Amino acid sequence: MNALTFKDFATDQEVRWCPGCGDYAILKSVQRALADDGADPANTVFVSGIGCSSRLPYYIETYGFHTIHGRAPAFATGVKLANPELDVWVVTGDGDGLSIGGNHLLHALRRNINLNVLLFNNEIYGLTKGQYSPTSRPGTNSPSSPAGSVESPIAPGRFALGAGATFFARCVDIDQKGMPGLFNAAKDHPGTAFVEILQNCIVYNKDVFDDVVAKKNAPDNQILVQHGKPLLYGKENDKGLMLNTKTLQLEPVVLGTDGVSLNDIQVHDETNPTLAQILVDMGPGAPTAMGVIHRRTAPVFDQQFWGIRPKARKQQVNSLLRTGNLLDRR
Amino acid sequence: MRASLFGQKIKVKQPLGTKTSHVVRFAGDSGDGIQLQGQQFTVASALAGHDLATLPDFPAEIRAPAGTRYGVSAFQIQFGGERITTPGDAPDVLIAFNPAALVVNLDTLAPHSLVVVDESAFSAQRLKRADLASNPLDDGTLDHHEVVRIDISHMTIEAVKPHGLGTKDSLRCKNFWALGLVLWMFDQPREPTQTWIKSKFGNNEQVRDANLTALDAGHAYGETAELSHILDQERIPEAPLDAVEYRTITGAESLALGLVAAGELADTELMFCSYPITPASSLLHNLVGLEDAGVATFQAEDEIAAVCAAIGSSYAGKLGVTSSSGPGIALKAEAIGLGVATELPLIVVNSQRAGPSTGMPTKTEQSDLYQAVYGRNGDTPLPVVATRSPADCFDAAIEAVRIALRHMTPVILLTDGYIANASELWPLPDLETYPDIETRRPTTEDSGSVFQRNPATLARLWAAPGDERFVHRIGGIEKDIDSGNISYDAANHQSMTNLRTGKIASVADFIDPQTIDQGHTSGLAVVAWGSTYGTIFKAVKDALIAGLNVAHIHIRHISPLPPNLAELLADFDTVLIPELNNGQLATLIRDRLCIPVQQLNKVTGQPLTVTEVRAAIELYATRQEQSAG
Ligand SMILES: Cc1ncc(C[n+]2csc(CCOP(=O)(O)OP(=O)(O)O)c2C)c(N)n1
Ligand code: SF4
Ligand SMILES: [Mg+2]
Repeated sequence: MNALTFKDFATDQEVRWCPGCGDYAILKSVQRALADDGADPANTVFVSGIGCSSRLPYYIETYGFHTIHGRAPAFATGVKLANPELDVWVVTGDGDGLSIGGNHLLHALRRNINLNVLLFNNEIYGLTKGQYSPTSRPGTNSPSSPAGSVESPIAPGRFALGAGATFFARCVDIDQKGMPGLFNAAKDHPGTAFVEILQNCIVYNKDVFDDVVAKKNAPDNQILVQHGKPLLYGKENDKGLMLNTKTLQLEPVVLGTDGVSLNDIQVHDETNPTLAQILVDMGPGAPTAMGVIHRRTAPVFDQQFWGIRPKARKQQVNSLLRTGNLLDRR
Repeated sequence: MRASLFGQKIKVKQPLGTKTSHVVRFAGDSGDGIQLQGQQFTVASALAGHDLATLPDFPAEIRAPAGTRYGVSAFQIQFGGERITTPGDAPDVLIAFNPAALVVNLDTLAPHSLVVVDESAFSAQRLKRADLASNPLDDGTLDHHEVVRIDISHMTIEAVKPHGLGTKDSLRCKNFWALGLVLWMFDQPREPTQTWIKSKFGNNEQVRDANLTALDAGHAYGETAELSHILDQERIPEAPLDAVEYRTITGAESLALGLVAAGELADTELMFCSYPITPASSLLHNLVGLEDAGVATFQAEDEIAAVCAAIGSSYAGKLGVTSSSGPGIALKAEAIGLGVATELPLIVVNSQRAGPSTGMPTKTEQSDLYQAVYGRNGDTPLPVVATRSPADCFDAAIEAVRIALRHMTPVILLTDGYIANASELWPLPDLETYPDIETRRPTTEDSGSVFQRNPATLARLWAAPGDERFVHRIGGIEKDIDSGNISYDAANHQSMTNLRTGKIASVADFIDPQTIDQGHTSGLAVVAWGSTYGTIFKAVKDALIAGLNVAHIHIRHISPLPPNLAELLADFDTVLIPELNNGQLATLIRDRLCIPVQQLNKVTGQPLTVTEVRAAIELYATRQEQSAG
């Protein structure tokens, strides 16, 4: 069989997102990731909840299950436990995964079941026409918050790491070069791999990530973290993050200023959960971390699950019935 | 005549009589090992060749303060040398370990019952804890019963002394002492209990031997010493049983076995996904012990996750089963609708309990029939099957799985708290005699769409990931009737709704016709479902003996109803529907068959009694000779 190309992973269904929606680029990157990895469509399952993002499985030529709002991780858990040989992906949104489905995501991460979770974070409920979501910034104007939302948002990375995630990565929807590799890193991770994708909903939350994503802002406001490498960024790669041991924060510094040298820059250790906690939400003035922020090995639930129980039927019911105290009248 | 026992005067017990069955109730604190005592007595009764039915009655609190009325745990068994279908309306023997256990059970006792009490438990302090101003042993409360006072605690301590346990541990043996006595009273074997003690306490010789000694001591007390001139030993005739093997079985055990049996018949593995809730958890606990028989159990984070994981498992090719009680089933409703829309097999077991809301978790009710039949958004029909007794759960589970796999649909299986915990004597089935369960798994020749249908069952193919011929997507959005792709087309939605309705209607083409369980073909039909079976069976049996023109028709298939039911009922003058709810089957029968029905409804959290059903039958039934004229 000839190797499949990314086009082979497209279905015959018309893609129905708004023109210009960030979801298109993500779809393409997923298809490309599958092709790059030589994925077997028969052994790949995309499970999603409800939302614009959750339509993705209809467009990928693998097995797919578009389920109900918020519950995709639970369905995916059933799929994976029933057949651990399958590659199981979960596609969800900020509303689907973090409001109605927060509980299931929490437990998938806690168990560390081998799923690849793609969370499309557009900081808004797209499909229901633009209400604020649990990741919306305070002051978000929306049909349900005309005076600006007053709730404090959850950072998906904080949520994931708090739940014990063993893999957390972040990317942006326009990074068509980086996404496929990152998705395959998620796929290769044994355990629950969680990827937050900053996604532009051009209809209801247009350019909300511009400060990070726009071409002119990206170099100074994004940092691509790499394991074992100093945390450097900036157009000239002359900016870095230095650990302030008093505040336990990573502070942006400039090499060569105030006596800062390369030795002062924090080196990324993706296996360190504490460093990851700092990196996922560095606050104003600091860049947004992209790439594999956290990755460590831990027991994997589906392996543990089948490790402690028989994989197939060994006992016949007729003999099971005939154990214990029997009254034999034959 | 009065005889002396430990310095007190007690009446000489008249023989329990010439009865062919007895109702014995054990009652004490939850810490007294009452349930264990009852279970061991049940096994002994079965091995003695008696038919039987049991009913545990636990307090709602896990460890209520000792000696309180609300902390009383009880276990009731009816056993005898005839067909037994209920645990009995009224005990004729009560074994009470403390004052609270005595007083809370007094009202239920048959007249002139035998009451055996642990006398040492009737101290002033413990009377107070049971809210008693005077001692019921002395104040005339028990004048209409035969009372045997035994210092069970003291006798137990004395008996187990050689084993060198402390007082507290010695006292823990008193349930076996009392059990030994009761086994002697009814001439039942000690061996099963001895075997149980040996295996349970195998690694603690001291405790093992003390319990064995206590059991023997209680037995010897009845036999040799002090009781033989007060109590006559009762030898009940053996029941007229068939020439097969029997065992005792609870509903939860039988349902678990039925599910794995169905898996075996369908040659499919099961994935059981649930979240704990009373009284459904016992099914999970039983299935955990059957994991080498083709089932894996997954404890999910909530009821919703449980049903979703079960559906995910069915999608991946292993039959998903989920189980809960009313509140949890409510949470599952949306996902069950997805199961209907995507046409995946799924078993949803509801162990009903008293509602609404949290209601009375440990008390039984049949009030989730509407929820099962109607409780989803949209026109979302699914088959509903009900089990009638502990042993029947086995066949009911197989039937539910057979329907789910034949038609590719979720099926709701209704049982209840009473059935889950009760036990009965079960003639062991031979699985070899059951027809295989056919599935819609693609054969090696199949190809094309998973939405190609069997014309008789309207079931689509059950193709699972891993099969390269059937790579496909499904979901909750309405699908095109041919391709399965998303469709918002108006006419298509009509067609799909018709298809879903027709598919569930077609279940009726495959189920056995409704039969009359017993009785006549005209007059009064007592139509019922679920756990009222045993009680109604007995009430109708008695009414038939009394010459009433009555029949018992017990329905397994709640939805769709058996196709011949209307015809069957047309010959009766009156239809009476007794239910442990406010009239839910009654509504369904009126709606689906357009016939008038009479109701008998009870929602006290307790099962119907034979007396209650019998009274209702008297109200509506005619004498046989009248109707014949
Ligand atoms: C049980 C239930 N409640 C509410 C909805 C309505 N609903 C559908 S999608 C959605 C929010 C989706 O937001 P998000 O997950 O962020 O996805 P997006 O559309 O932004 O990609 C809501 C509230 C539903 N489909 N089901
Ligand atoms: S509403 Fe927003 S998220 Fe949804 S398809 Fe349109 S642009 Fe994309
Ligand atoms: Mg969103």
